[in-house]
Amino acid sequence: MALSHLSSTRSNRLLRPLAAAASSLCRPISTSTEPLVIETSIPFTPHKCEPPSRSVETNPQELLTFFRDMATMRRMEIAADSLYKAKLIRGFCHLYDGQEAVCVGMEASINKKDCIITAYRDHCTFLGRGGTLLEIFSELMGRQGGCSKGKGGSMHFYKKESGFYGGHGIVGAQVPLGCGLAFAQKYNKDENVTFALYGDGAANQGQLFEALNISALWDLPIILVCENNHYGMGTAEWRAAKSPSYYKRGDYVPGLKVDGMDVLAVKQACKFAKEHVLKNGPIILEMDTYRYHGHSMSDPGSTYRTRDEISGVRQERDPIERVRKLVLGHDLATEKELKDIEKEIRKEVDEAIAKAKESPMPEPSELFTNVYVKGFGTESFGADRKELRATLP
Amino acid sequence: MTVRDALNSAIDEEMSADPKVFLMGEEVGEYQGAYKITKGLLEKYGPDRVLDTPITEAGFTGIGVGAAYHGLKPIVEFMTFNFSMQAIDHIINSAAKSNYMSAGQISVPIVFRGPNGAAAGVGAQHSQCYAPWFASCPGLKVLAPYSSEDARGLMKAAIRDPDPVVFLENELLYGESFPVSAEVLDSSFCLPIGKAKIEREGKDVTITAFSKMVGYALKAAEILSKEGISAEVINLRSIRPLDRATINNSVRKTNRLVTVEEGFPQHGIGAEICASVVEDSFEYLDAAIERIAGADVPMPYAANLERLAVPQVEDIVRAAKRTCYRSSSLAATA
Repeated sequence: MALSHLSSTRSNRLLRPLAAAASSLCRPISTSTEPLVIETSIPFTPHKCEPPSRSVETNPQELLTFFRDMATMRRMEIAADSLYKAKLIRGFCHLYDGQEAVCVGMEASINKKDCIITAYRDHCTFLGRGGTLLEIFSELMGRQGGCSKGKGGSMHFYKKESGFYGGHGIVGAQVPLGCGLAFAQKYNKDENVTFALYGDGAANQGQLFEALNISALWDLPIILVCENNHYGMGTAEWRAAKSPSYYKRGDYVPGLKVDGMDVLAVKQACKFAKEHVLKNGPIILEMDTYRYHGHSMSDPGSTYRTRDEISGVRQERDPIERVRKLVLGHDLATEKELKDIEKEIRKEVDEAIAKAKESPMPEPSELFTNVYVKGFGTESFGADRKELRATLP
Repeated sequence: MTVRDALNSAIDEEMSADPKVFLMGEEVGEYQGAYKITKGLLEKYGPDRVLDTPITEAGFTGIGVGAAYHGLKPIVEFMTFNFSMQAIDHIINSAAKSNYMSAGQISVPIVFRGPNGAAAGVGAQHSQCYAPWFASCPGLKVLAPYSSEDARGLMKAAIRDPDPVVFLENELLYGESFPVSAEVLDSSFCLPIGKAKIEREGKDVTITAFSKMVGYALKAAEILSKEGISAEVINLRSIRPLDRATINNSVRKTNRLVTVEEGFPQHGIGAEICASVVEDSFEYLDAAIERIAGADVPMPYAANLERLAVPQVEDIVRAAKRTCYRSSSLAATA
């Protein structure tokens, strides 16, 4: 990686064939942080606020990071699909492929002292917060090396030290919890914010409106992010919501509708939202996104939507393909380089899975750990209490 | 000191000692508390730490639990525990289970408190005892004070505890006054969680009770003593963890047991105590275990029916005598 590569201009391109033989094999991908301004696919639609500009500042390094991160998430979820079918992952497994731009764009605009909380479609969100592939696959397979030591499973990933608070199985519960995180941030006078993610299904939950009311009353630094993938399990949004304009559902709370398949639009919206809530209290972001998989691994995802619809989105709006086009169009890397990145990622994912498979199942004694922080020596029991009991430390 | 003042002073002292402790609930601030338990705290600690909430239990309980996730120490008041049902998902799924599911990453140092059980004439929707429901859930601690000493010591323990605690008070006890020692009044006073108290020692029959029923059990013990039956009264204090050791040791001494609770009988606290004693002290029992509980009906309003729906002192006396193979109609023999 000896040569440093500057963003191409027309004149540079003319020069390239001469240097091609020697240098194209070792020309590194652009790691430039020279600013690049790119327009979002569509403008933002505001509700009771002034929308941010469609022109998003980025740079080659960031775009390539977006590509790598989203491609890693994509590969990870597809690998999880195979592991589930091989019965190495049990129970529920809710995959995020198609929605990668939301968590990747969000991470680009915040830091690890900002908090994120989401529901059960959390593998990629966890990865974005600094989780590792090994922790993820180990947890999915219920092993000791898992981020919750095998005791949580797919829906219960947490990384408190980098502001990721789960990982929740009850639809909608994460929204008041997220408002509570924002409450604590305000109480502590941090200048940080919380993003509470929920789906179009959860958007109708009463507790969401209860928490939003309190958050608006108390000016909490909370951003509600509706990841609208248009289906709440098998129920399309028009069958579940009288008003599917989720960004307007906050009524007195401002909102913004965002193309959730455009990672730059997501980044811009989240940056805007963070600045907004630190001054003005809550805001709702509706991310127009799409999941390729069904609701979970037990849902084929094609009984309530057409295969044409799914492949249509994949062709027209795939978040990774959009970034690939941007990178190629701005000559920040070659097709081969991007393919090499994808090959690298595949290898990383496969290695993580292999290593995760080596991680042992938890010790039987782990059945009784972490019930309490302080157990006071109280006794807990197994199925046959005369056979299996333990003292909680 | 009244139970009300005991609770108020305990919360006050803990808020003073730890700036992470804050209070939220309906009417806890400007109204001075629906039952005046939080009187004066808004003036003292300000609106950032004493928060009046709208009447939206699911929302504000979730917010409280989220704040606890982040490291604050909320005290969430339910005006009565009947309203906790609106928020029960957050108590069980968001609070109780988080430390386990996260393998210790997310602890939840929260206290849910408020009056529990029957009051007087408030009818079916405002009279249920929630001890059995909450106490069945691993990950929760469930406390039920009786006296002012209990109220102070257990409240302080609950606030300091790193796990979610359900703190079941009793409206009718708030105004009752109990003698308190200097030790109890000290700001460092604290009672251990998971330990019952033997309120009255005895040798013929063990009576377990919690909250208001402890007072009834003590009155029953007084009546029984005049008839030559020496009753040992155990104030459970902690429903979860349950002090099985103290209960079993007592039954191994007296060989007879009467459990007393105000709530519904099926799957109640008495049922668990009965099972525990049968499992661990079967050979020591000289008589079947008796359960005294609220009637197996929704709470009626009419005063006479209400009286039939909650345990009375004479019910406890009668049951204790049954365990001693004496019926009420026979004269007591020495």
